[in-house]
Amino acid sequence: MSLDKATVREIARLARIDVPDQGLDAMVGDLNGILAWVEALNELDTAAVEPLANVTGHDLPARADTVTDGDDAARVLANAPDPIDSFFAVPKVVE
Amino acid sequence: MTDLTDLTLVEARRRLDAGDFTAVELTEAHLTGIEAGAGLNAYITVTGERALEMARAADARRARGESLPLDGLPVAVKDLFCTEGVATTAASHILDGFVPTYESHVTQRLWQAGAVMLGKTNLDEFAMGSANLTSYYGAVENPWRADDAPDTPLVPGGSSGGSAAAVAARLALAATGTDTGGSIRQPSAYTGIVGLKPTYGRCSRWGIVAFASSFDQAGPMTRSVADAGLMLSSMAGHDPRDSTSADRPVPDFAAAAGGDLRGLKIGLPREFRRDGLSAEVDATWRAGAEWLRDAGAEVVEVSLPHTPYALAAYYILAPAEASSNLARYDGVRYGLRVDGDSLEEMYAKTRAAGFGAEVQRRIMIGTYVLSAGYYDAYYRKAQRVRQLIRQDFDSALNEVDALLAPTTPGPAFAVDAPPTDPVEMYLLDVFTVTGNLAGLPCLSVPAGLTGQGLPLGLQVLGRPWDEEMVLRVGAALERAADFSHRPASNGGRR
Repeated sequence: MSLDKATVREIARLARIDVPDQGLDAMVGDLNGILAWVEALNELDTAAVEPLANVTGHDLPARADTVTDGDDAARVLANAPDPIDSFFAVPKVVE
Repeated sequence: MTDLTDLTLVEARRRLDAGDFTAVELTEAHLTGIEAGAGLNAYITVTGERALEMARAADARRARGESLPLDGLPVAVKDLFCTEGVATTAASHILDGFVPTYESHVTQRLWQAGAVMLGKTNLDEFAMGSANLTSYYGAVENPWRADDAPDTPLVPGGSSGGSAAAVAARLALAATGTDTGGSIRQPSAYTGIVGLKPTYGRCSRWGIVAFASSFDQAGPMTRSVADAGLMLSSMAGHDPRDSTSADRPVPDFAAAAGGDLRGLKIGLPREFRRDGLSAEVDATWRAGAEWLRDAGAEVVEVSLPHTPYALAAYYILAPAEASSNLARYDGVRYGLRVDGDSLEEMYAKTRAAGFGAEVQRRIMIGTYVLSAGYYDAYYRKAQRVRQLIRQDFDSALNEVDALLAPTTPGPAFAVDAPPTDPVEMYLLDVFTVTGNLAGLPCLSVPAGLTGQGLPLGLQVLGRPWDEEMVLRVGAALERAADFSHRPASNGGRR
């Protein structure tokens, strides 16, 4: 399977990365190179194999559903590029 | 008197206890070395004042007879671990100005054990790379040089390249690294040091900048196997803030690094012999097998039939997890922001300016393999192959106590002549990724030099949670290899 420019542009949109037109060709080539290489996996019949996501096999523990911290706006906002009072400010999203 | 920067952790601790020198003197010697070795670009941030403060506290504790396991020992921290009040960059432009308000679990444990923080080491951006060439803060230089090209700087490997260069060039007694596809072991092999990737879940991931969460694991990078054990005992331990952190006892790992190998069975994975193995790497591997036989082990061939598919599975799964983890960098809460007319435009411009080319490539691949219509064909498929690889190891490690393999297909290469194709660069991880896919403990030990005087490493892979076996076998390799060579930038051959 080979990706065309329009598909790569759509992936970039989904990934929220602004890829300029002049960078698109190189990106298409790189991604197709990688995808062609991973095609090798299709040589394996895995129909009867369970997907593995968790190598330790532990069940994920559940903790008590209680508040353990909070009320710490100054620390939360300490690294914000554009804080206003105790808020993160972003460009206007509603006209 | 031996140069203070040339000691192992174990020796330095013994001599601090004996009063031969103070932690402040030991720390000052390293800070002087760091300044002299600045050309390697191993550190992104040096925390000299904090280091001296921590060293003074260690000296005071020792004077009161209260010494801790790593008291007064100066170490470096890969700049992927969040350190409270100290800039943490992940070697990415997108984390510009980020100063964590919290400390990672692993580093917290090191400071609680008395270790002294020298600074934060350089790495590939977000730990994505095998040569430390993708850092926003510039390439790191390997302290080693080839005999036939003494003026050509070499890569230290990656992604923990700054940590590896720092430990090899005596700019730290030891360092932390993280290993997602080989990022501790591969640079350790390239720089002639010891690197241990523990079992997945042994060290908490809390406070470590996430790359691929089902693979990421922190571990020590040191100049001896016993040091790796000593340091791991202080890094490991249960942490409820990481749901995959194992709630199991942490043994005295340093004590495991010794003894002979009588009664043990060691496997050589036969599929590792095919992937373009150089004659020198093959000879080192054979020598390693012979050393283990001499130490009393029985050495047999084993099969890991799905090895040829490991890299392809990894380069689907790791980018998929990365694309999800790196979605958090949006210019809103921390780090770089590039303004745009809309929120969407601000995201896209921030991420375009903040992420380097390799990180963008991996986010794009990850986004694609997780997107509607392709999820089963790529992501699920790769997870199924991961299962097969895990099963390969389960049955091999049922027959043998540990496996011996090369760490890398060859030695370090020139900074200005790296593989230009992304896939070719990924092939450098061919012997290391399988250990991450299966979540096993893996240790790289320096085993010898190439004809051109560059270090090569051998890797020991063990059963889950059996770091002690891996350290025991690694210590036998270390004794037999007797690797006492030094890099050019520290007075060795060039």
